[in-house]
Amino acid sequence: MQITVKLFATFRTGRFDIEARDYPEGTTVAAIVDDLGLPREQLGILMINGRHVDLTRVLAAGETLAIFPLVGGG
Amino acid sequence: MAGLEQYLKTNAAGDLLAWGKQVEAAECFGLSLAAVEEAIFAAGLLPARYQRNRQMISTAQQQQLFRSKVVVIGAGGLGGYILEQLARLGVGQIVTIDDDVFEENNLNRQLLSSPADLGRVKVEVAAERIAVINPAVTVTPVRALCGRDNGTALLAGADCVVDAVDNVTARLELAELCGELAIPLVHGAIAGWYGHVATILPGERSLHTLYRHWQGGKGVEQQLGNPSFTPATAASLEVAEVCKLLLGQGRLLRGRQLTFNLFDMEVDEIPL
Repeated sequence: MQITVKLFATFRTGRFDIEARDYPEGTTVAAIVDDLGLPREQLGILMINGRHVDLTRVLAAGETLAIFPLVGGG
Repeated sequence: MAGLEQYLKTNAAGDLLAWGKQVEAAECFGLSLAAVEEAIFAAGLLPARYQRNRQMISTAQQQQLFRSKVVVIGAGGLGGYILEQLARLGVGQIVTIDDDVFEENNLNRQLLSSPADLGRVKVEVAAERIAVINPAVTVTPVRALCGRDNGTALLAGADCVVDAVDNVTARLELAELCGELAIPLVHGAIAGWYGHVATILPGERSLHTLYRHWQGGKGVEQQLGNPSFTPATAASLEVAEVCKLLLGQGRLLRGRQLTFNLFDMEVDEIPL
């Protein structure tokens, strides 16, 4: 199934800004995060179609996953 | 104080009272500059230093800012710019809280830092700076970490609290405290070219939504550091929120987070 993945800030470096990618049915957010080599401890916001989700969320074909890194400095 | 009111009205140019006259009045009547500023507003006059505010902030609103108390947690990258802007805006009571001293690695971005002040207590330098740029502001420096043990006392009476800390643990604790004390919190965080801002009103849990995947460590600022312009950007957005909160106007960043990416020059809004 096709999933649109949008990456933000540092997660774009060496990857992409936005990409349509193929994943098998039943793929979770965690599987995509790991597939892209995004460190779990750096995860900030995870959203599917504009709604916050957890790593265990299973994606459906055609959905858009947005991933932001954790920003905490001051 | 009829004499003071007469003095102020006689010396006003239109409805503006010049700084020199405010100082003169303080000396003549044996009052603090803050007390004279209160009297200026009570007389329906505007301190001339705020004349470029007045097309967006009326005299009554400027008085409202003068009577407001804002507590800024952190006097580093974000905090330095926030304190500067609050004082220039005319917020009458500012509390600055930080337990740190200036180090050389602060000089690339922290407005209050300078080579001459390395090793000095940040909140003391902050109080001196505010006294220089707007002596009518009452500034209270507190050298401490704001936490569960002392937070209730430190935040008491605040109309608004501003998050300028450098870690998620302190931010979530601050959000809890502000919720318990029913004080609005303006949140900002930065890392490298990136940052975000959000406003949390009592009863809202949006900061917990924002950091729901946090595992206990630092964010990407640990790898990226912070340049001069990112704290200035986030701080300015935070102060704009404080101004609107204090005046009860405009559309707040409530239930939403504004994220900015200065590398690609993108701004996104995230629902919280």
